[in-house]
Amino acid sequence: MLPGWLIIGASFAYLLLLFAVAYFGDRRADEGRSIIANPWVFSLSLAVYCTAWTYFGSVGRAASGGTWFLPTYLGPTLGLALAWLVVLKMIRIARSHRITSIADFVASRYGKSHLLGGLVTVIAVVGIVPYIALQLKAISSGYALLIGEHDSLFRVESQAGWWQDGTLYIALTLAAFTVLFGTRHLDTTERHEGMVAAIAFESVVKLAAFLAVGIYVTYWLYDGFGDLYARAMAAPELANVLAFDGVGRLGYGGWFAHVLLAMLSIIFLPRQFQIAVVENVNEQHLRRATWAFPAYLLLINIFVIPIAIGGLLHFGRGTVDPDTFVLTLPMAHDNAALALFVFIGGLSAATGMVIVEAIALSTMVCNDLVMPMLLHSRRLNLAGERDLTGLLLGIRRGAIVGLLLLGYLYFRLAGEAYALVSIGLISFAAVAQFAPAVIGGMYWRGGTREGALAGLLSGFVVWGYTLMLPSFAKSGWLDPGFLEQGLFGLAWLKPEQLFGLAGWDNITHALFWSLLANIGAYVLVSLARVPTGAEATQGALFVDVFRRGESPPASFWRSGAEVRDLVPVVARFLGQRRTEDAFGAYARTHGLRDVSELKADPELVHFAESLLAGAIGSASARVMVSTVVQEEPLGLGEVMDILDEASQVRAYSHKLEEKSRALEAATAELRAANEQLKELDRLKDDFMSSVTHELRTPLTSIRAFSEMMAEDPDIDVEDRQRFLGIIVSETVRLTRLVNQVLDMAKIESGHAEWHNTDIDMRELVQHSVDATMQLFRDRGAEVAVHMPASVPLLRADHDRLLQVMLNLLSNAAKFVPTGAGRVEVTLSCDDARVRVDVRDNGPGIPPEQQPVVFQKFRQGGDERSRPQGTGLGLPISRQIVEHFGGRLWLESVPGEGATFSFELPLASAAAVQ
Amino acid sequence: MRKGLAGQRLVAVFLAGMLLLNYPILSLFDGPERLFGLPLLHVYLFSVWLGLIVAVAWIAERGAR
Repeated sequence: MLPGWLIIGASFAYLLLLFAVAYFGDRRADEGRSIIANPWVFSLSLAVYCTAWTYFGSVGRAASGGTWFLPTYLGPTLGLALAWLVVLKMIRIARSHRITSIADFVASRYGKSHLLGGLVTVIAVVGIVPYIALQLKAISSGYALLIGEHDSLFRVESQAGWWQDGTLYIALTLAAFTVLFGTRHLDTTERHEGMVAAIAFESVVKLAAFLAVGIYVTYWLYDGFGDLYARAMAAPELANVLAFDGVGRLGYGGWFAHVLLAMLSIIFLPRQFQIAVVENVNEQHLRRATWAFPAYLLLINIFVIPIAIGGLLHFGRGTVDPDTFVLTLPMAHDNAALALFVFIGGLSAATGMVIVEAIALSTMVCNDLVMPMLLHSRRLNLAGERDLTGLLLGIRRGAIVGLLLLGYLYFRLAGEAYALVSIGLISFAAVAQFAPAVIGGMYWRGGTREGALAGLLSGFVVWGYTLMLPSFAKSGWLDPGFLEQGLFGLAWLKPEQLFGLAGWDNITHALFWSLLANIGAYVLVSLARVPTGAEATQGALFVDVFRRGESPPASFWRSGAEVRDLVPVVARFLGQRRTEDAFGAYARTHGLRDVSELKADPELVHFAESLLAGAIGSASARVMVSTVVQEEPLGLGEVMDILDEASQVRAYSHKLEEKSRALEAATAELRAANEQLKELDRLKDDFMSSVTHELRTPLTSIRAFSEMMAEDPDIDVEDRQRFLGIIVSETVRLTRLVNQVLDMAKIESGHAEWHNTDIDMRELVQHSVDATMQLFRDRGAEVAVHMPASVPLLRADHDRLLQVMLNLLSNAAKFVPTGAGRVEVTLSCDDARVRVDVRDNGPGIPPEQQPVVFQKFRQGGDERSRPQGTGLGLPISRQIVEHFGGRLWLESVPGEGATFSFELPLASAAAVQ
Repeated sequence: MRKGLAGQRLVAVFLAGMLLLNYPILSLFDGPERLFGLPLLHVYLFSVWLGLIVAVAWIAERGAR
């Protein structure tokens, strides 16, 4: 039993402390020394998730269903594991588009649609206002319990008139707080540092209070966990607290649905979006929050079951409402101070939720409901010069006060009704309807405005029919008949057993049908048509937010705007000073001295639009900017560009791969060329040494004989004749060598002259044999010639081919054994080619020598038996034959002689002209 | 870290959590057995919960390493 003034005094003292914290936070923010730029503060502020509903209700749920209070906390734990992927993307998108509420997020994604933003706002308000009422009720009943307005079973007995109701004043104080710290000024980022600091502070208070009562019950009233559980096991009526109790009530499907619901609500509840996305100072803070916030949840839940068991053991089942155990247990043990602390903890849980939710909802109501209406109604003179910042702030402040009064009204009307008590999960299910449009919008480019509208609308309608209306009926506000018989007496329309689906609890049932309708409508309607330009643009910007980096998105404004038109439009909503600051900063980042130098290029127009979007929402910002700037009609090409960005990137990387492959190939070619050059260099060196060697031999003998004759005039005529003969022959050899080297060089470099005529090979072969007959005769060798009666004419250079024949024949003459030599020359031909074989019965050429003989200066045979020759004959012959498209080769078995053959094609030889 | 190893690890933790905290794995622990005098189910739920938090903390604080 505590006196009312003490409780009210303590409550208001606590709220004053909150004001102080928020004021301090705001002042530090203005000084640029933010106290919330800290991952721990961010994690704590996320704990606004824990409302009075969970603060008081968890114990109640544990008392009736054991572990069933846990899905509400396990869901967020799992959801935050994905936060680094999903929420980070939302933060990045919201930052680059200056999105300040979840309604604006959806509206902006689907082509900046007023209708969508309005629909999301309506859903949020309908789903959340009862939830605010629940918070007020928690404060109210806590207060009533503390001042002793209850019977022996702690049931609140009387309700005073509203003018005496402290709850109203609490609600008004909260409205004042929210107005003060939530709408202090219009900011382009819409961040409220003081408010966040206060929320983080509240999270500490409620955790401390809950832990205090938990430790009190567990270790003061009882003897620790073991003792409590041992007593619970001894009491049969507590069995359901200890077991899963799934079969009888909700089942594992319901468990899964509750986990999923909580997982979605941690992202899509307006207050969570506000704290996690809009108020986020630094996206790196999210990293710590992914585990620190779940750790907070774990901590605040450790004592839930012990308190439930303790309360049930003390009061027994079915007497005191388990929802009040945290208050009534200390009170029953006359620990008034602790009870007051617990009440303050509950107060902090409730006020935190109310404040953030009111800010989030007021932003939505202002930007996505009221502003569009004003813009449409034409009563707001768009072209006027009036400063509208006051109006904008006024709308928000009005919305906050209105929302809180609405919540209070609902609380007064509903009282103990089912519609209020069960609103927690019902409210979660309402905001879960945002999931398909938001998540789909972030990962799927194909979503369209109609798709999102259809999805949200059908999900909302199904939610209303399967959850909201039944809760009204159970509260006695509607005829409960339709619950039992179904709408119009149609059994398959029973709201809690739609289409006869029975066996699930109402939340699971509603979640299934509403999400099914929502996702189904969203996907099917979206697939009905191609996204428009605006949708495709926004879709690409949202989906690829990470890929684009910090560069400004493609702009779709015609650049015909004037800066002097643009600035006033922004200034009307943001105030003159802020606007000038913002444009000045923009000018400086672009290397200009001041605003007057700015050009109204598309990028500046986009900047102005995003400034406005922060203040009045993206859809309204687009409308406002369009009053002074004409929108660029999106060309098909531009849309395709945006849509095809991914494929472009793929194409680029493909090209890159191709380039690198080409480079590799080029490198390989270069390496090969280099090898070839080295080889050629080596060959050139060999060639040079060979040539000089070959030149020196005849020169030496010429010089020797010349000197002999010059020094000794008495040499007789006979010797002199002999010497001169040698000199002449050596000179001839020298000339031949030089000619051949020149010949070779000419042929190889392609500078040789070719005089093509029609050649009769028979005549040519015969001529060559006749010309070399003396050589054979000298060595006592026979020459046999086999020729067909006629061969087709061949078009080639007669002298060159004769050179080849003479070379082959003279080689044969050199190698045949003296006196017993035999050389066979065979001419043959078919339709395509003419072939000549020159066969000797010399020593033959061993296989390892065979390729060598076609190299320059490399003669066959060993050094001693090597006959006279330049070593260039065969290489030149091969070059000549190959020039006419033929080939020259050698077949030989050592000891049985060698056969040199060449063949020339008839057609191509003629073609070489 | 976004698309890197840490992101994949977090998804893996999420999937593991979904598995461990739902039917049918969950049903295996809903029995009359006691651990340290506490119901197995309660010990199981809170330890998995703690395990998930520790795993996420380890991944998130390690960063992209």
